Amino acid sequence: MNNILAITHKELKSYFASPIAYVVIGLYSLVYGYYFYAAVRFFERQSMQMAGLGMGSPSVNINEQLIRPVFQYSMVVFLILLPMITMRTYSEEKRSGTMELLLTAPITDFQIIMGKFLGAMGLYAAMLGITVIHMALLYWVSNPEWMPIVTSYLGLLLMGGCFMAVGLLISSFTKNQIVAVVATFAVFMMLWMINWIAQFMSPTSQAILNYLSITGHLEDFMGGVIDTKHVVYYVSFIAFGLFLTARSVDVERWRG
Amino acid sequence: MIDVQHLTKHYGPVTAVQDVSFKAERGEILGFLGPNGAGKTTTMRILTGYMPPTDGKALVAGYDVLEQPIDAKRRTGYLPETPPLYPDMTVSDYLMFCARIKGVPRADRAARVKTTMDRTRIADVATRHCAKLSKGYRQRVGLAQALLHNPDVLILDEPTAGLDPKQIIETRRLIKELGGEHTVILSTHILPEVSQTCQRVVIINKGRVVAVDTPENLTSRLQGSGSLYVEVDSMGSDAQAALSSVAGVTGVSVSEKHGSATGYEVATAADRDVRRELAATVVGRGWGLLELRPMRMSLEEIFLSLTTEETEAPTAAGEAAHE
Repeated sequence: MNNILAITHKELKSYFASPIAYVVIGLYSLVYGYYFYAAVRFFERQSMQMAGLGMGSPSVNINEQLIRPVFQYSMVVFLILLPMITMRTYSEEKRSGTMELLLTAPITDFQIIMGKFLGAMGLYAAMLGITVIHMALLYWVSNPEWMPIVTSYLGLLLMGGCFMAVGLLISSFTKNQIVAVVATFAVFMMLWMINWIAQFMSPTSQAILNYLSITGHLEDFMGGVIDTKHVVYYVSFIAFGLFLTARSVDVERWRG
Repeated sequence: MIDVQHLTKHYGPVTAVQDVSFKAERGEILGFLGPNGAGKTTTMRILTGYMPPTDGKALVAGYDVLEQPIDAKRRTGYLPETPPLYPDMTVSDYLMFCARIKGVPRADRAARVKTTMDRTRIADVATRHCAKLSKGYRQRVGLAQALLHNPDVLILDEPTAGLDPKQIIETRRLIKELGGEHTVILSTHILPEVSQTCQRVVIINKGRVVAVDTPENLTSRLQGSGSLYVEVDSMGSDAQAALSSVAGVTGVSVSEKHGSATGYEVATAADRDVRRELAATVVGRGWGLLELRPMRMSLEEIFLSLTTEETEAPTAAGEAAHE
């Protein structure tokens, strides 16, 4: 465990020593903040209209009509930003030769991978942490249900974990960070869109495509439900991705 | 301390190392000599557990690098060809990180980093970022990283590459100090380095070991029949015939001339010392004997003859000198 944390600590330190952490967190706050403001204004007008039509406020649900869309939107932003977090994890070590340091140190490949994974997750959690401020603001002016918010965060963490696992794997394939970031982005887009054609397919393919869609599994979390089915999906997706990364590092060793 | 048995490594169809075996005792400094691409780095990478061998076995401090990698790595310090530095870390942060992953107990880390920095003379750059270091400092930070956990075995891939002459001398002195308590394997293609620092040399070429011996033994073993260099001021008369007539001399050739003096290369039968007779002959004729010395093959020549020869087997080394 100490070895894993040693790697995690190093990863986080190098994120914050390079511009990556600041660019990713900064741009995320800017874009997300702008969207949040727009969403709140939009929601405000909608509730005014509802009230004006005499339908009363109970039918306006802040969880469903404001918070849920905001989370869904932030998922798309993560889709674009997360490849930037994982692109350097392995590529950079391979390029600068520090891979030799890690692989000849008395630590296991698994510890290196877990350390890197947790480091990337740490940065991601920091990004999510910023959005907690926005949620807190909502409690100041309104009284949303807290359960769907908590489960949404849990879902976003798990989904981000899957993206990180894929990003680590792709980064372990190449020395080139640009190749890593572009390839990771393409795979994320595919994982997001994969079930868009589901409605035109046979019921079996439809079920498979829906199951494969990383973002599809997020819906229940957004609705305030923790379904073990989805938790199992995410956790096994992460485990499988990290396992493949371990194999990829191993293959590299054999090949030299 | 290091026991390498029949190591073989293929990269796809390319054979990088073929049936390499050698041993190193505790405290020994072993030089790994060979032209570029001979398989030095591959062998070292296998020893450090960076990559597995295709065949054969390597033991470090009694641990198989493939079967018990963690135990073996705990006892190994490795400086790769390019020092593995993180450009955005400061030197002391970098060394603290290395100490942590190499299993130095938390309480000892700071003290260990400090003594290692003093030992490798990098304390003055402790707060500098690795990216901003000169080549010489990078190399020494890399060396510090290898020494941090006080390993039994040190594997150094071209530790003096890219250093200036003063740094080279300092680094060699440090390596010599390290031998004795640590077993050191260092690869190089700079020959004087081997004769100055190493107790034993493994010469490797095209993935095979061509010779393993002490630098002195290699030199004398490859001497073959002795030849002498004689410089005579014969005042115009022909010294070549006179030298040839000395018993035991098998051939005389002119190697250089300066003014009235001529330098001859005198080949003699093996195990016959004809220096006294040669001197008597020259002085007896009233000529000036300016120089008389045995011609030794330098390590360079031995290395060249070993690695450029179409060597069939390690035993071909002896014949190589006759060419």
